[in-house]
Amino acid sequence: MFITPAHAASGFEIDPMKQFEIQTLLPLEVGGVNISFTNSAAWMVIITLATYVFLTTAMRRSALVPGRLQSLAEISYEFVLGMVQQNAGKGSLPYFPFIYTLFLFILCANMFGMLPYAFTVTSHIAVTFAFAVFIFIGATIIGFVKHGVGFCQFFVPKGVPIFLLPLLVVIEIISYLTRPISLSVRLFANMMAGHAMLKVFAGFVGALGLIGGWLPLGFMVAFTGLEILIAFLQAYVFTILTCIYLHDALHMH
Amino acid sequence: MPQLDISTYASQLFWLVVCFGVLYVLLSRLALPRIATALEERRDRIADELDQAAQLKSQSEEVLAAYEALLAESRERAHALSQETRHKLQQEAEAQRQKIDAELREKVADAEARIKDSRAQAREQLQGVSSELAGLILQRLVGTSVPQQQIDESVAKALKHRS
Repeated sequence: MFITPAHAASGFEIDPMKQFEIQTLLPLEVGGVNISFTNSAAWMVIITLATYVFLTTAMRRSALVPGRLQSLAEISYEFVLGMVQQNAGKGSLPYFPFIYTLFLFILCANMFGMLPYAFTVTSHIAVTFAFAVFIFIGATIIGFVKHGVGFCQFFVPKGVPIFLLPLLVVIEIISYLTRPISLSVRLFANMMAGHAMLKVFAGFVGALGLIGGWLPLGFMVAFTGLEILIAFLQAYVFTILTCIYLHDALHMH
Repeated sequence: MPQLDISTYASQLFWLVVCFGVLYVLLSRLALPRIATALEERRDRIADELDQAAQLKSQSEEVLAAYEALLAESRERAHALSQETRHKLQQEAEAQRQKIDAELREKVADAEARIKDSRAQAREQLQGVSSELAGLILQRLVGTSVPQQQIDESVAKALKHRS
C-alpha cells in the first residue's frame, strides 16, 4: 500500500510499515490467549520504568530550591495539574493521578518512538483505542454516578426549538459515541503517518545515494524536529481532551 | 498494515493494562505525593517568608513613624523654646532699657536741680557782691554811707527787675 521507491531503484529493502510490526520476544499463552512478550510490551515496560525512575531520581533529594531534574518533574506536575484544573474544573482532582500517568505514558511512548530502531507503542490502534474506550466508559460512568439519570440531559441541547430536538439529540448522542474513535484514531494516525513518512524519505536518501540524497536527508532532519513537536502535541491533545470529557461528565456543560 | 493484525491485540492489551496499571499505582502512591509535598513545602515556605517580610515591613514602618513623630515633637519643642527665649530676652532688654531710662531721667533731674541750685547760689552771691559793690561805689562817689539794708533791697529789686 506504500510505494517503496528505494526498493524499486536500487535494491534497498525499506518498507515504511515494517517498523510497526509486532515481534514476539517471549511466547506466552494463558488460557488459549496469546499474551506473548513482544517488542511492544518491551517498550511499554521501558516507558513504565523510565517514567518511574525519572520521577523518583528527580525527587530523591527533594530540595527547597530544585535542581534541573526536580524542576522538570515539578514542571510536568504543575503543567498537568493546571491542565486538569482549567479544563476539568471542580471535583476533578481525584482523577489527576490518572491523567498525569496518562500524559506521561503517552508522551514517553511518543518520544521513545522517535529513537532510531525504537517501537512506538502509540502507533497501534489497539493501544490508543484501549485508552480511549477506557476514558470514554470511565467518563460516562462518572457522569451517571454523579448526576444519575439526569446525565441524559447532557444530550439535550438547551434553547432549541422543540421540533428540532429529536434530530439534535440523535446528533449529540452520535457525536458522544464517536469520541473514543476520534480520540484514538487521532493519536494512532499521527504517530503512524509521521513515522512512515520518515521511513519513506529515508528510502529516498538510500535510493538517490551520495549525489541526490542530501535533499531528502535535509528534509528528514527538519521533519524529525516536527515529529518531536507532534509527539508532544499529540500527548497534550489526548490529555486535554480527556480533561474535557471529564469536565462534561462532572459538570454536564 | 501490522496495526490491523488482530492476533496481536490480546498481547498488546494485556501488557498495556499491566504496565499502565503498575505505573499508575507507582505514581499515584509514591511519586506524585512526593512532588505534591515538595511543592506544598515550597509554597508554605514562600508564604511564611512573605508574611515575615510583611511583618518586618510594618515594624519598620512603625519605627519610622515613631521616629518622625519624635522628630516633629522635638522640632516643635525647639521652636517653642527659641520663641520663649526670644520673648524673655526681649522682656529683659526692655526692663533694662526702662531701668536705664529711669536712671538717666533721675540723673538729668538731679543735674537740673543742681544747676538750679547753682544758679540760685550764684544769684545770691551776685546779689551780695552787687550790694557790697554798690555800697562801696556809693561811699567812694558820694561819700555817704547808706544803710546796708536799703542797698540790699534796691539791688534785689533791680536784679529781680532785670532777670
